[in-house]
Amino acid sequence: MVLDALAAALEALAPQRLLRPDYPTRGVHLDVTVAPAQVRALATVAREHGFLLEDVTAVDAAPQLMVVYHFAHPEEACRLQGRTLVDREQPEVPTIRAIYPGADWHERETHDFYGVVFRDHPDLSPFILPEESAGLMPLRKGEKSLKALGAVVPEFAAPGDGPAPKPRPAKKDPAPAAEGDA
Amino acid sequence: MILQPDPTRDTLILNMGPQHPSTHGVLRVVLKLEGEYVLEAQPVIGYGHRMHEKMGEVRTFSGFYANVGRMDYGCALPFAHGHVLAVERLAGLVAPPRAEYLRVIATELNRVGSHLLWFGAFLLDMGAFTPILYAFDDREAQVDLLEHLTGNRFVHSYMRIGGVCRDADEPFLAGTRAFVQRMRSRFDTYHKLVTGNVIFRKRVEGVGVISRDMALKYGATGPVIRGSGVAYDIRRVEPYSVYPDFDFEIPTFAEGDCFARYRVRMAEMEQSLRIIEQALDRLPEGPVMAEKIPKKLKVGPGDTYQAVEGGRGMVGYYLVGDGSDQAYRLKIRSPCFSNLSLLNELCQGVLLADLVAIMGSLDLVIPEIDR
Repeated sequence: MVLDALAAALEALAPQRLLRPDYPTRGVHLDVTVAPAQVRALATVAREHGFLLEDVTAVDAAPQLMVVYHFAHPEEACRLQGRTLVDREQPEVPTIRAIYPGADWHERETHDFYGVVFRDHPDLSPFILPEESAGLMPLRKGEKSLKALGAVVPEFAAPGDGPAPKPRPAKKDPAPAAEGDA
Repeated sequence: MILQPDPTRDTLILNMGPQHPSTHGVLRVVLKLEGEYVLEAQPVIGYGHRMHEKMGEVRTFSGFYANVGRMDYGCALPFAHGHVLAVERLAGLVAPPRAEYLRVIATELNRVGSHLLWFGAFLLDMGAFTPILYAFDDREAQVDLLEHLTGNRFVHSYMRIGGVCRDADEPFLAGTRAFVQRMRSRFDTYHKLVTGNVIFRKRVEGVGVISRDMALKYGATGPVIRGSGVAYDIRRVEPYSVYPDFDFEIPTFAEGDCFARYRVRMAEMEQSLRIIEQALDRLPEGPVMAEKIPKKLKVGPGDTYQAVEGGRGMVGYYLVGDGSDQAYRLKIRSPCFSNLSLLNELCQGVLLADLVAIMGSLDLVIPEIDR
């Protein structure tokens, strides 16, 4: 089982958090949060287990910005979500371009949209944005729309953060209703 | 960083695009050439960028229906399928079985049409004019069917959160059965006309070889990775919707060249027809929309990921909801973005004419890369 081997290897990294979320509602089998300095180690583990990189992106939230990586295994149903939290003012994570060359474009896009600096990336010039729009960071949230990370991703809600967010709804079984109508 | 000429070698910097018939859209590739040979090929993207991801954050979930068809215009329905499944996943909704079957029938019809479009355009790129006439004749029948079902010929907005917008009627179901029979009878013609053609074979065999490892490290998906011997198809590896109900194969070819990718797509059309046929045979009765979907659907808080198999590879939606009727973040992972990113490594030292064949074999849709 790729899933167990991967979970064991990730455990060895001593991540900040390693979860096995409920796949039907979350769509991922493993959810790991690491420190920015561990991102390369995370990518190396994924690569060694034969995973391919699907995307790199970010979610703007307060107080920290979340950089998200998605990996999937080409032969078994095993989807890994890697997260790392970075400072909103000076977001910086190491590039994983040397491990996954495919990360190059995804990182450039994330830099364009969020201003995340991928350290040691050789070329973070505007990629999708026109050159005159460098530094625009169009997907950053404005003051009004910025929300706390714990309010949008319940896994990051601190225990003392007011009322706990609603638990995720369970999937309803449509079969009885469908039969009634037929 | 745009390429600079090398003073020590007799090189030429050439812009291919952004307006060029072989780039199939507004894509620019900056080439560094030495004679007829490509030393570097640097794609420049973003000319048609519309920021669908931002629109996902400022429109309601149902307001985004019009967007999903406008990314991959060649194969719009898998993008729609991924979107509704992601929202349903986070909201805890399930579409009725008949709706899910209709989604699959429509998606697979769309996939056949997308591959026909690619088939014609790919050969046109390489100077073969005739095949596109055959392909578009067949594709017309497919487009008519989807127009009858969805109301659109091209940028379909058929899927709704909790189902589909209209039920299939008898003319559609009968027409789809006839289309399956018609397509099956046509493959022989295609193979005689193109697959065995010696000129075509010389242009594609051994050209643009993508190794298994290269496909994996660049995150190539769809027919590109399956042409490199990796049977990565979301419909099988990470089944969604009602795909587990159907008996179909995942065609793979290990050679990794343009011809392997060609054969994958040709074989995939036959598999799509198998899926359509089985879905028509087993199409359950019942409603096509789930009950009690609020007009103002509020989703979250929480995040979810939904992957589906598009015409060109894996389409992924990463949806973060904040409990309102709009997404807090909607990341759209499009397959051609990753498939194109390997172009520079792939094209080191190839002939300029082969670059056109290689780009054609990647089946690029530029608005989907730009999003």
